[in-house]
Amino acid sequence: MNVPEQVKRLGLVVGVIVVGVLLTRFYLLPRSLVSTELQRASTVAWWSAWPAKFAGSETCQACHEDVAARKSKGFHKNLACEGCHGPAVKHAEDPSAVKPSAPRDRKFCPVCHAYDASRPTGFPQINPVAHNPLKPCIACHNPHDPVPPRTPTACAACHAQIERVKAVSSHALLQCTTCHTVPERHKTAPRSALPSKPETREFCAKCHGKDATLVKEAPRIDLSTHGGAFRCWECHYPHLPGERT
Amino acid sequence: MKRREILKGLILFIPAGGALRALASQGGPTVAGPKEGSGKPDAKVYDPESHYYGMGIEVDKCIGCNRCVEACKAENDVPQEPFFFRTWVERYVIKKDGEVIVESISVKGGARQPAVQEDPDVLRTFFVPKLCNQCANPPCVQVCPVQATFSTEDGVVLVDRDRCIGCRYCIQACPYGARYLDPRTKTADKCTFCYHRVVKGLLPACVEACPTQARIFGDLKSRASRLVRFTRMNRVHVLKPGLNTEPKVYYAQLDGEVR
Repeated sequence: MNVPEQVKRLGLVVGVIVVGVLLTRFYLLPRSLVSTELQRASTVAWWSAWPAKFAGSETCQACHEDVAARKSKGFHKNLACEGCHGPAVKHAEDPSAVKPSAPRDRKFCPVCHAYDASRPTGFPQINPVAHNPLKPCIACHNPHDPVPPRTPTACAACHAQIERVKAVSSHALLQCTTCHTVPERHKTAPRSALPSKPETREFCAKCHGKDATLVKEAPRIDLSTHGGAFRCWECHYPHLPGERT
Repeated sequence: MKRREILKGLILFIPAGGALRALASQGGPTVAGPKEGSGKPDAKVYDPESHYYGMGIEVDKCIGCNRCVEACKAENDVPQEPFFFRTWVERYVIKKDGEVIVESISVKGGARQPAVQEDPDVLRTFFVPKLCNQCANPPCVQVCPVQATFSTEDGVVLVDRDRCIGCRYCIQACPYGARYLDPRTKTADKCTFCYHRVVKGLLPACVEACPTQARIFGDLKSRASRLVRFTRMNRVHVLKPGLNTEPKVYYAQLDGEVR
């Protein structure tokens, strides 16, 4: 077999290139550069090493046992601590240096509890405009054990209309008996034993007067300049005081 | 005659290359042996082969509060500006005439106002949380020209940020719109099921933060996991089943209009 000289030389050159490429590919290059498995393993390791920012409720409970015990019995028992308080890994690592947020204003709770037609039926929802305007939610509801405040159902059994209006007013938390004295006989003979009604401006002023001390959050007026000779309920309906009648 | 010789030579070359390759591959593992050995202690702590993760979503429980979105952004350092989401919540409004309005309520300052309150035209309205479906047959992985994205053994689709060239092909390919291009790294980014939390035995941030347990996370390989129980006890659906992507996010009480 007579192989021409130029073919031999070309063959040699090609051979050197092929061997060079193979050597580089399989011996000189580090395996991490060519191995898919190693690359993927390093990516998996990279993602696994991402720092977590949410500690998880169990971590919170380790220190805040009292809150956890209270929360575990209430409607909010399934809520994660960090759902409201924000990510707390840093707080868990150094409790005194970093404090998680504790939302206190009225904007926070309606994120879940404002009425929205798309929310599932039965989920507790309120109208933030009509529901005790300006009052912070935590003044009435403990976020760790939220219980809807109620007026005595005995009154609402007959006076349901008033109860419904009052429930969305800023007087929602007042018991009926705060303003009305109800004789026991009223329950059995409602028309012959009537409950009392406030008769003077001074009665409302006990909470709303300039110097009143009974309730901290109530709006204040000066009796001597406000309203002249009119009595309070001639302008303000006591069961829905935000609305003027 | 000459041409035949060249061809003969070539025929000889090819098996020679194969032999070299075989030799090289014999040499390969011995070089990498110690590395693999050193990696094993980690494997004992967490064995990806014994897990296969998925998520369940109970549509009837979602109140559209966006806590999951905020938690996800905080946990995974997702850009705070709108339009970058690893998970988001959609509001569906189905009108009586059959019109369906879908909007993302996760865009701040945008559509986050309550829906039509007492609109007689509305037949049904509800929220649907969405995220990467971690498909078992992921189109995004198929189209990646540099194999920067892949499925792990435990069933999570991850992106290699060093390898990604930012071509956005995967973003186009994803039928669920679950990917976005991170404006800072210029690489594709997506939900990882909070891989770093999951391997430590923690729940993903969105599941942790959800106040109504609308999201259920679990291991499909464990018969006792919450997710397997959820898929047994509920009639579950996946999104766009016709695409054969085999998603691992299972929806219960899903309205037929949800795409």
